[in-house]
Formats: sequence, structure tokens, C-alpha cells
Amino acid sequence: MLTLVTFLPLAGGLLLLLLGRESHAAIRRVALLTSTVTFLLSLLLLRGFDATASGYQLVERRPWMSNPQIQYHMGMDGISLFLVLLTTFLMPLAVLCSWESIHTRVKEFFLMLLALETAMIGVFFALDLFLFFLFWEAMLIPMYFLIGIWGHERRIYAAIKFVLYTMAGSILMLVAIIWLYSLSGTFDLPRIQSLLQEGVIRLPVRQEMLLFGAFFLAFAVKVPLFPLHTWLPDAHVEAPTAGSVILAGVLLKMGAYGLVRFCLPLFPDASHKFAPWIVGLAIVGIIYGALVAMVQPDYKKLVAYSSVSHMGFVVLGIFVFNQVGMQGAVYQMLNHGVSSGGLFLVAGMLYDRRHTHMIKEFGGLATPMPVLSSFFILITLSSLGLPLLNGFVGEFLILTGAFERRPAWAAYAATGVILSAVYCGVTSV
Amino acid sequence: MMPGEYFLEHAGWIPLFPLVSAALMLFLGRRLPKFAVNLFCVGSVFISFVFSAGAVYQLAHRAAEDRFFQKILFIWIPAGVYHTTAGPLANFAADWGILLDPLSSVMILVVTGVGFLIHVYSTGYMAQEGGYYRFFGYLNLFMFSMLTLVLANNLLLMFVGWEGVGLCSYLLISFYFHKKTASDAGKKAFIVNRVGDTGFLLAIFLSSVTFGTIRFTSRGFEKLVDATQYPGMLDALNIGIASGVFAVGMPVLTAIALLMFVGATGKSAQIPLYVWLPDAMEGPTPVSALIHAATMVTAGVYMVVRMNSLFQMAPFAMHVVAAIGALTAIYAASMGLVQTDIKRVLAYSTISQLGYMFLACGVGAFVGGVFHLMTHAFFKALLFLGSGSVIHALSGEQDMRKMGALWSKIPVTAKTFFIATLAIAGIPPFAGFFSKDEILWKTFSGGEEVFYKVLWVVGVITAGMTAFYMFRLVNMTFFGTSRVEHEVEHHIHESPPSMTVPLIILAILSVVGGWIGKPASLGGVNHFERWLEPVIFSPPAALAGLAERALPAAHREPMEYILMAVSVLIALAGIWLARVIYLQREGLADRLAEKWGPLYTLLHRKYYMDEIYDALFVQRTKDLATALGMFDRGVIDGVGVNGSGALTLAICRISMWWDTWIVDGLVGLTGTLVRLGSYPARFVQTGKLQSYALVIVLGVLLLLGYFLRHAMGMV
Repeated sequence: MLTLVTFLPLAGGLLLLLLGRESHAAIRRVALLTSTVTFLLSLLLLRGFDATASGYQLVERRPWMSNPQIQYHMGMDGISLFLVLLTTFLMPLAVLCSWESIHTRVKEFFLMLLALETAMIGVFFALDLFLFFLFWEAMLIPMYFLIGIWGHERRIYAAIKFVLYTMAGSILMLVAIIWLYSLSGTFDLPRIQSLLQEGVIRLPVRQEMLLFGAFFLAFAVKVPLFPLHTWLPDAHVEAPTAGSVILAGVLLKMGAYGLVRFCLPLFPDASHKFAPWIVGLAIVGIIYGALVAMVQPDYKKLVAYSSVSHMGFVVLGIFVFNQVGMQGAVYQMLNHGVSSGGLFLVAGMLYDRRHTHMIKEFGGLATPMPVLSSFFILITLSSLGLPLLNGFVGEFLILTGAFERRPAWAAYAATGVILSAVYCGVTSV
Repeated sequence: MMPGEYFLEHAGWIPLFPLVSAALMLFLGRRLPKFAVNLFCVGSVFISFVFSAGAVYQLAHRAAEDRFFQKILFIWIPAGVYHTTAGPLANFAADWGILLDPLSSVMILVVTGVGFLIHVYSTGYMAQEGGYYRFFGYLNLFMFSMLTLVLANNLLLMFVGWEGVGLCSYLLISFYFHKKTASDAGKKAFIVNRVGDTGFLLAIFLSSVTFGTIRFTSRGFEKLVDATQYPGMLDALNIGIASGVFAVGMPVLTAIALLMFVGATGKSAQIPLYVWLPDAMEGPTPVSALIHAATMVTAGVYMVVRMNSLFQMAPFAMHVVAAIGALTAIYAASMGLVQTDIKRVLAYSTISQLGYMFLACGVGAFVGGVFHLMTHAFFKALLFLGSGSVIHALSGEQDMRKMGALWSKIPVTAKTFFIATLAIAGIPPFAGFFSKDEILWKTFSGGEEVFYKVLWVVGVITAGMTAFYMFRLVNMTFFGTSRVEHEVEHHIHESPPSMTVPLIILAILSVVGGWIGKPASLGGVNHFERWLEPVIFSPPAALAGLAERALPAAHREPMEYILMAVSVLIALAGIWLARVIYLQREGLADRLAEKWGPLYTLLHRKYYMDEIYDALFVQRTKDLATALGMFDRGVIDGVGVNGSGALTLAICRISMWWDTWIVDGLVGLTGTLVRLGSYPARFVQTGKLQSYALVIVLGVLLLLGYFLRHAMGMV
């Protein structure tokens, strides 16, 4: 089942190859159909999910290579389920928003998009470190082309920056994965985890900190955590709308997902040791991102920096180590995926009409486009965390969790609440 | 459930009617005819009012100590367990529930009652405006949020309403979004409120970790429900006091109270966060009446009274509340003295009156605060609606210098406005007299310290200023000579009944509204105080120091009459002064303004507070943001990322140079050396067979000679 959900998009993408280069309508329809079916299938996962059971569900495990022993090991739990749902939900939207705006190399575009979906879902389901790394790196290729071919003026620069930056982080992770393998003799995540917990393998403090650091760096780039965030504004600004939606909606979540899935359970001591520093960076990111967002003339950049701020909240929630904070972080991931995805959709629609992302060129849109501006305001309000809209719950829980652990943390982070009103005020139509 | 409590049982519906109608307006409003918009929007608020009245009526039928009705509609946010500072584990949960008690009863009646009248009025006032459905949609959304705020049974749900009313306020202030001043004012209101909201939010966190719950109380559940399953903050406080965990003046309690008060200063426009309210007058006038006078801005007062148990446990916070309240009252009144825009005068007046309410809360007269909140809702809504009617009559003119002598031209507006002015000036027997007098008396008798006497003096001076600026307004608008512009003068007309009828009803309420709280000293029984008594926290006997002050000082009654006379006389003096300056002595106002030039300018420019805030906070934040933006581009991205990119490139170049000149150079050198070394040999390799043959022959001869010599030697 998990395999089906994961590889169906890729299969659809390969199907596209059989279609004629010029039959744009058919290509779009197949892409939409594929992504929609994937979404529906992933909804079935929700039905099959047993919320009361602990551990991974719907596990699939097949031997892949015998030496070194690598397994095709997939499974899901609550967090990965919801992140996959987020992915499959955003994908049809990404296809739809590219319907009119992509005219060149249509076939390749949708192929890339669908391949990207497979890689993303794979990342969330993979339980074998090697397999995980495979999907993780596979994600870069389609994203690189999406930005580099269908992007705006400085697309090449942005694409290269994105890939190199992410690679630099993940190379260290690869080293750490191999190191773990040499220690435990397996790539299997649950197995390594139980070996570590039962004390079969003991990591010296220094070693654990190095391993943690290697994983952490890879994920922190993806989140992105201050000060590793500067690839994001460039990538967002240059990417086509669909790319931005996926980038903000899903890719950023992978960093946070990695922290939850790998860093915390594998290296609990190191996580606790580094937590104050990481929380510090997260809080700096919250405030810094919001302040920098305030002065961006380019709307997409504004949203990019607001993502830095919002993802800072997620990291904060993860590293306060309590249930409330963690729940808040997961909520916030989903909410940010939806609301920033929505904001980029709006940005794309405005671009299609005005051919600019400059905020000062907008203004007075409520009269010619009442519907678009209503939704724009609604999504903006959600993103600034107005109660009853989804952004609020996550932010509230994270701050509650932070407050319980260290009131000062919550107080600093709460200034982000004020600043978000300021930068959203800048954009109000 | 007791039999026949239909409305109580369905009190949860009260906010829903306006919500449904708001949703209808915002999704389908454009296609609906005006008639349908009126029907849904005004009708929904009316139904809410009927349900509120019914519920309060049924609540009043219960015994005084039973007048609590709480119902949890559903669990909203269930989250994990955590440790409270008091020790025990608590299960964090925010439910979506309603709490109807005497306090929220007053609020829902004011909100739906005054709200309904203002909705009716708006059908007349907004009749010619574009975006009619949008206006009513927002207005109904506001009603929903405000009712959620006052009916909430916990802090978080209250916060939902709190933010909701802030949003609606923002949307309605910038209703004329084409006007830059309007959209700027909206943003300003939103952002300034957000600052206060942060304080509120932190107060919620601190409450939840201190008390283990954010529900207000466990009272009022049905008999079947086990109340211990749903503890409230009040219960936690009482238990804590009994077990000695909490004591009066504990830092954590003071901190919660002060943080909440930060939230209140934002929403209720107190120093230092009052700056948004005068600008909020950019919104349509019914909005100013409903949101910025009668209901939303009183949310802060409501919150303080709702949390009165906590505030009573934090004397320092009480002092802060009282001081800020009194200071705001006189400060805002002083600015109201010189404004020329009719709505701005009323805006400063509102800030000032809200200051009175906080003053009341701060000296422990919570009932007095709510009482003034109610009467103020009547007369201030009336004043705003009346000013709207004046503006309507004068085709949009808001400058009082271009008004005058309107008394006979718009009689209904003028007379109702005059009644409201008497009420706010505190002339007996109008509503404002009773509530203001109660506050002043409670302030004076609040304690023996000089602090309370100073507060009283400030309060009385403010009362005089209030009477002055209100009569200045009335005199400039309705009396004297007409300064109305010529082309406007032809169009002066009384407003339609949809606008005047609400004015008349509010005028009646402004007269009789105060009688419900007639103090014992004037032969009344103060029903209002009796009604609210159950929600006012009476500290357990263990805290005797607090309890003493709460006792009425019955033996000082003569003093009460004297103070009453003083405040009335001061008000009359203010009225007389306004009459002399603005009616009897032509030009005196201008001469005074000239003589007191610097002071006048200072007041007129609002103490330059907007400029100071702008310079201190707004520009500095912008500078910081710009600097960080440059830092991000320049340092983090420029030096950090592109720098390491460039560094990598440089290393590549060096490697390439190394590779070309050293590594490859060595290879080349080897080749060259070999070539050089082989140079002599090249002369031998001529490729001519003859020379090769020659060499062979020579070699053979040499070898032959060699062998021959050796052979001979051997021989």
C-alpha cells in the first residue's frame, strides 16, 4: 500500500513519456489524474491508520541488497501519515496552478513534478537509513530542474545554490549514516534505535555529539534554521509557482521531520545537550525572519522570510521536549504547509495578472478581484495565527510548551506574534 | 436542567445567529438585495438579543448563588499533560464552552441590545454606501466575536473572541480602503492591539502553568456533571489559598494580573497603547459607536472584572490598574478639550471614560466599573450615533468649526444628543451620574492612603473637563451662529426614522439606565450591585487584610453626600465655562488659544505622542529590519554563503593552477628532461642505412680488436 502511494506518481510521470510532445491538454490531464488518485489513495491510509497503536504501521519490508545489508523498509506513523497527506493534497493544487502558466516543455515539467512527489513521499515513509538517503537526494534532482528550467530571471543561480547548499548538509549525513552502519551493522532505523536504547551499542559522548551534529546540519539546512536560510528566498523567488508551493509546503517540513524522526530518538542525550543552543537559534530565526520579512519589496521573498520565522516556531516546539510543544510543532508544520502554499498560489495568480512580485505594484486589488483578495486576506490571517484559523493552534501549543519549560523562551518567541502582524500588515491589499 | 430553562439551555446559540448571517453575507452577499441583507443581518442580531434576554431572565429566576450556567459544547484543543508550578500534573485542555453568570449577562444584554439598535441605525446610515453587504457581514462577524468573548468559559476561548473583535475592528476601520488614512488607521489598530494581545497570550500561559487550567470556574455545571472533573482557576486559587500555596501579593499572581492588564490596555485603549483609537474614527460612524465606544473597547474592563479574584490577590497590580486608569482619564480628557473633529472629541472622551472604568476596578469597585461600562455604552453609543446623524445631515462634514445652530434643523438628533451629553457630564438623574459617582465615591473611600485621595482629585477634575468638552461640542454644533458652508446648508435634513428611533431608545436608556444602580444613600437598593455580587471574589477569612477593605464604610455617609455635591458642582462649572467661552463671548476661544499658545498646541497635537511613538518604536523597528535585511543580504548570504562559494571557487583556481603548473608541470618536466637527456643520442639516430652500416662495421672491428687483444694476452 505504501509502495503504491509512493510510486504511483512516478508511474504516472513515466506514462507522460508515452504522450506526444505537443499534446499539452492530455499531459496536464494525466498529471492531474495521477496526483488526484494519489491523494485519494493516501486518504485510504488515513482509514487504515490505527491511532491507538504505537510503532510503525502498514510496514513493508523486503531485502534489497545482501552486502551491505540494505532493506526496502517502509512504514508510517502519525507524523509521516499527516505529512504525506499534506504532500498529496498540495500536489494536485501544484498541477492546477501550472495549468496555464507553464507553456514550455510541458511534458518534462509534469514529469519532474510527479517524480518529485514520489521522492517526497518516499522520504516520509522510508525506515531504512539508506533508502531514506536515496529518496532524500532523489528529491533534489527534479527540484533542481523545476527551478533551473521553469524559473524566473536568476533561476540558474538559485537552482545551483539550492542544490549545493542542501548537498553540503546531506553529505555529512551520509557520513553519519555510514558510521552508524559500521557501528551497528544495519541501516534499519527501528533496529538501530532499539540497539541504542537497549545499550547494545554505546556511543561515547563525543561520538554521539558528532553524529547528532551531522544529522542536524542536514536537517537544519532544509528547515531552514537561522543562519542557514539564505537559499530559501532565492529559491522561492526564482521558482515557478508550483515549485514554490511544494518547496514551502513540503520540502521545508522534511527538515523538521528529520529532526523528529532521527535526531531526537537516535541521539537523545546530544539533543538535550544542544537544545538550548538550538532553541536560541530558533528564537533568533523567529524574530529575525519576521523583521527581515517586513522590509522585503518582493512578495515572494516576504513569504520566504516569514517561513523562516514560522519554521523557527516548529524547531522551538520540537526542542522544548514536551508533549504540548511537540504536538504544536506537528500542527504548525501542517498549517504552515497549507497556509504558505496558499500564499504562494496567490502570489502566482497575482504574477500571472500583473507580471510582478513587487508589493508596491499591487494595492487596490480588492475592487477588480474581490474573490482573490478575500482568500488572500483569509490565508494571510491564518498565517499570522489568528484564532479559529489553523495557524493559531500550532503557535499556541508551541508557546505553551515553551512556556512550561522556560517562560523567557515563550516571551521572546511571542514577539514574533506582534511582528507577524506588522509584516502581514505591509501586504494587506 | 431545571424545567423551563429553554433559553439557558440554548445560550450557546446566541453567538451563532450573527455568525451564520455573517457567513451568508461574505459568501453570497453580493447577490442578495438590500432588503434581504437587512433581514438577515439585523434579524440575526435581534434573535440573539431575544435569546440573551430570555436566558438572563431565566438566570434571574434562580436563587442568587445559583446564577451560574456553564456548558461545554465540545473539547477544542486537547493536548498532553504537563507540570504546574503548584506541583500536580495537569491535563491541558481548552474547551469550547459558555459561561453565563451575572457578569456575562450584563455584557450580552449590552452587546446584543445596543448592537441591535446600531444595526438598525446602520441600515439608514449606510444606505447610500457601496459594499453594503460587506459592511453588515463584518458587523455580524463582530457580533459573533464579541459574544464569544463575553460568553467564553475559559481564557483561550476568550482570546478567540478577543482577536476576532480586533480583526473585525481592523476590517471595519479600513472599510473605506481606498482612503489611505483609513487603511493606515486599520493597520495601526491591528498592530497596536497585537502588542497587547501578546501580553494576554503570555498571561494565558502563565495561568495554565500556575493553576493547571484556564477555565474560569467550575460553577454552573448541571447537577449531573461532576464539577471536580472540570476545575477552574477560581477553584485552584481557593484551594491554593487554603493550602498556603498562594498568598496575597505573590509575584506570580501579580505577573499574571499585570500581563492581562497589558492586554487590556491594548484593547481598551489605555496608556500606553491608546494611540490607535483616535485614528480608528476613520471607520464609518456606526462602527465607532458599536466597536469603539459601546462594546469592543470595554473588553479590557470585562476581562479585569472577570479575573477580579486574581487582581484582588495582587494589590500591586490593582494599584497599577487604578493609576493607569486615572492617568488615562485625565490625559485623554485634556486632549479632548481642543479637538475640532466631532468624532475625535468623542474618541478621546471614550478613552477617558474607559480610564474611569479601570480606575474603578483598580480601587476594588468592580461593580462600579461594570456599571459605568453599561451606562457608558448607552450614552456613548448615543453620542456617536448622534454625531453620525449630524454628519449625515451635513453631507459628511465632521469639523465642528463648520457647524453651529443645528438645534432646530435636526431636532430629534439634537435633543437626544443633549440628553446623552447631560448623562456623560454626570448631571443627576441621568445615567452617567450614578455610575460616575459610584466610582468617585469608591475611589475616595478605597483606602486611607494619600494614593486614593489623589486618584479622587484626578477623577473629579476629569469630570469637570468632561462636562466642559462635551458642552463645548454641543455648543459648537447645535447652538450659536451657523458656520455651515453655503452649499451644504440647503441639504440639511433630519435623518430617517431608522436612524432616529434608535437614538430615542438610547436616549431613554441614558436617562433611566442609571436608576438600576441607585445607591443606598439616595434611597435606592442598588440592584446592580446585588446582581453582580456572586461574581465578585470575596477572599477567604484567612486573608483578613483584604476583607476589611471590602466592607462598606457606612459611617462615612455624610462624606458621600459632600463628594456627590462636589462632583456635580464641578460638572456644572465645566458647563458654565463652556457656555461662556463658546456661546456668550464671541472670539474668546481663539484669544484663549492664542494666549496659551504652547499649551494649546501641545494638546492639539496630542502631546506629540504619535510622533514620539513613531520616532521611538516604529522608525527604530523599521531601521532594525532594514539593517537586518542588509545584514542578511550582505553578511549571511553575501559573506557566508556566496563567500564560501567564492572561496571554493578560489580554491578551485589554486588547485587548477597547481594542477597546471606543478602536477602537470612535473609531468612535463620529466618529458623535457628525457628529451634533453636524449639530445646527444638523436645525432646517432640519423635514419641512414649507410651510417648504421658504418657503425656496425666499426663496432664489429672494435669488438674484434678487443677479443684479439685478450686472446693474444691469454696466449
